[in-house]
Amino acid sequence: MSEIGSEVLVIGGGAAGMSAALPASARAKVTVVDDNPLLGGQIWRAELGKIRSPEAKLLIESLEAGKITVINNAHVFGPDSYGRLLAESPDGTIQLKYEKLVLATGARERFLPFPGWTLPNILGAGGLQAMVKGGLSIENKRVVVAGTGPLLFAVADYLKAKGAIVVCIAEQAPAATIRRFALGLWRYPTKITQGTAMRIRLRDVPYLTNSWITGCIKSSGSSNAITATISRRGKTVSLDCDYVACGFHLVPSTELASVLGCRIEKGVVVVNEYQQTSVANIYCAGEPTGIGGIEASLVEGKIAGLSATGQTDAAREHFAERDKTRRFGKALNSAFALRAELKRLAGPDTIICRCEDVEYGRLTEFPSSREAKLQTRCGMGPCQGRICGAATEFLFGWEPGTVRPPIFPVKMENL
Amino acid sequence: MSFDVAIVGGGLVGAACAASLSERGQKVVVIESTGIASGTTAAGMGHIVVMDDSEAQFALTRYSQMLWDRLSPELPKLAEFENCGTIWVASDDEEMDEVRRKSAFYAERGISCEILDECSLRAAEPNLRQGLAGGLLVEGDSVVYQLFATRFLIEKAKRNGAELIVGKKALEIGANAVTLSDGTRVLCGRVVNAAGAAAAELSPGLNISKRKGHLVITERYPNFARHQLVELGYLKSAHGSATDSVAFNVQPRSTGQVLLGSSRQFGAEDGEIDHEILRRMTARAFDYMPALRDLSVVRVWTGFRPATPDNLPYIGRLPEHDNIFIAAGHEGLGITTSLGTGELIADAMLGCEPAIPIEPYSPARKVAEH
Repeated sequence: MSEIGSEVLVIGGGAAGMSAALPASARAKVTVVDDNPLLGGQIWRAELGKIRSPEAKLLIESLEAGKITVINNAHVFGPDSYGRLLAESPDGTIQLKYEKLVLATGARERFLPFPGWTLPNILGAGGLQAMVKGGLSIENKRVVVAGTGPLLFAVADYLKAKGAIVVCIAEQAPAATIRRFALGLWRYPTKITQGTAMRIRLRDVPYLTNSWITGCIKSSGSSNAITATISRRGKTVSLDCDYVACGFHLVPSTELASVLGCRIEKGVVVVNEYQQTSVANIYCAGEPTGIGGIEASLVEGKIAGLSATGQTDAAREHFAERDKTRRFGKALNSAFALRAELKRLAGPDTIICRCEDVEYGRLTEFPSSREAKLQTRCGMGPCQGRICGAATEFLFGWEPGTVRPPIFPVKMENL
Repeated sequence: MSFDVAIVGGGLVGAACAASLSERGQKVVVIESTGIASGTTAAGMGHIVVMDDSEAQFALTRYSQMLWDRLSPELPKLAEFENCGTIWVASDDEEMDEVRRKSAFYAERGISCEILDECSLRAAEPNLRQGLAGGLLVEGDSVVYQLFATRFLIEKAKRNGAELIVGKKALEIGANAVTLSDGTRVLCGRVVNAAGAAAAELSPGLNISKRKGHLVITERYPNFARHQLVELGYLKSAHGSATDSVAFNVQPRSTGQVLLGSSRQFGAEDGEIDHEILRRMTARAFDYMPALRDLSVVRVWTGFRPATPDNLPYIGRLPEHDNIFIAAGHEGLGITTSLGTGELIADAMLGCEPAIPIEPYSPARKVAEH
């Protein structure tokens, strides 16, 4: 077991984490720990070593060149009893000592269960994208992209560029809401540019609003082909495809903050204006404080990195910019709010917890996630409720249960 | 509303009391402060085991195990009742002597068991390391998913008219009423204090202290272990000692998961994971079963065993209180002994002849520290 000490320890090497590390390194000894082989996070993770965004390139280069220690391939799985964090790496456990901690743990996709969602080839939108990045051939495969949020566009765009036939994008949000959201984007010129470019590339892909997936079955025949049914303005449409890529917007990853005792309200880590959590020496930036997109992550990261190293005046200079990104985040989250119909997709036999095979029908009698967990094992599997927790929160209004370490599965000898 | 019996505590012991009493026609209410099976029951292993610490412990564990076996055909699949047997693992010749003594003890009392030598131990459990001396296979022991079993017993009691109050804490146990945190008084003819680690708060005078334990559960590795495995040094190292200790204790779950214990700590009040003792516990386990090192752990948790000084639970009438009964202090054996406890409480309350003598567990007994 090795030990690494830092004045500022940043967990997460995505936009928020990198953006925090850089200004902090002007004043302190900084370490960035990331669970991936490469920095960049979900948005910027270098595609086969080639990074496109100049902003990301700059941050990654500065980080790798500077006096910041970067530890890749290390999963932080919880605190130990001595105020250190423990991370599992290919070389065993690393004990991470810190004075100040910045949590930049990002977000993940929300999945909602519908009949058939556990069939093979029905994947998370970001998950399918990652598999294609990892080498899965998608060329000439028919893909239905369904769910909600701007991520659907980005995924469709990516898959199309890799040769997929995107059958349609089924967006559950109403057309009028999305129009209103798009009109509000004039304040954020870069988003317009990105969005317009994508829209042009996807011009032959039907973008169906007010439309959501209601079920999937295996098509008759031998292959993994799927027939997906979509509810579209009150009518049911059947679509044949090879893959369904689903994503119902994003859920903040707050597990680490939670096991460290930081206050969490309505699914997000509570922070003050300096991005400081309820635990004095722990800061938090980016999606865990509320889904806000990459600009929010960058500016919150900067503020967290500056504040953690006592550069509060410099931090204040970014407050106005952050307010702007927060307004965007708010507009984003309300535009892509989940409609009530989605609560009624699952049937009694629909699996809700994939790790433990718990069906919807077995959960309806319980008043809370804790009781459901104890009596049905819902959320007790290796994913630690990361998938079903967000679903049951939406379906039943359950508060997520207590997070127990390790927050990721870890080899017993590395505990 | 008024009940014949109010049971304070909705853990497995309280649920068993509710099932036994309601089956005998008593109008029962179970009062549970947080959630059914959410305290010590939730933290336990679910091992149903016959023990030979003392005659009284043997009698209660044996009686309870027979009740579990009788109940098992009724248990739904989700209760994961599995008659996997226990192997008491001996690491050296001295412990093999203990195997023979234990075997003789069980054999005299009609418990079927088999002495394993080094070879047959390895054949029975290929993941144990080479060079262990042998072990004792006790075939009748089982495991159960105690959380579901608790719920099953509560449902059974409800079918016999029992009611359930969840989310209100019992603050005071009186002669004919239990006062709840919201001020309500639940009127009842008699009370059973089955509040586990909290029982002494409600019935002062009981000598129940908390012994903290850690458990680790892995992802699914079907057939990694086939029996409940317990090191024979367990009694020496863990029971009766006033210092913190760890022991090798592995349980195969029917899900294919491996559950690993055990640690015992006195005086630890908070439920936080103690990494030092956790590492001692896993190190001990690796010594017996090196392949555990590579298994992927999904959760670690802690719990508190309600321990009495003589390692026997309190079951029976509270001295000087005609209407108050105690069913608490089951330490690490509450899952096993729950069903026997329920029956003994019902016998004591209704004046029936118990299947085994109840006196050794009397709350009035003088308990000597040892």
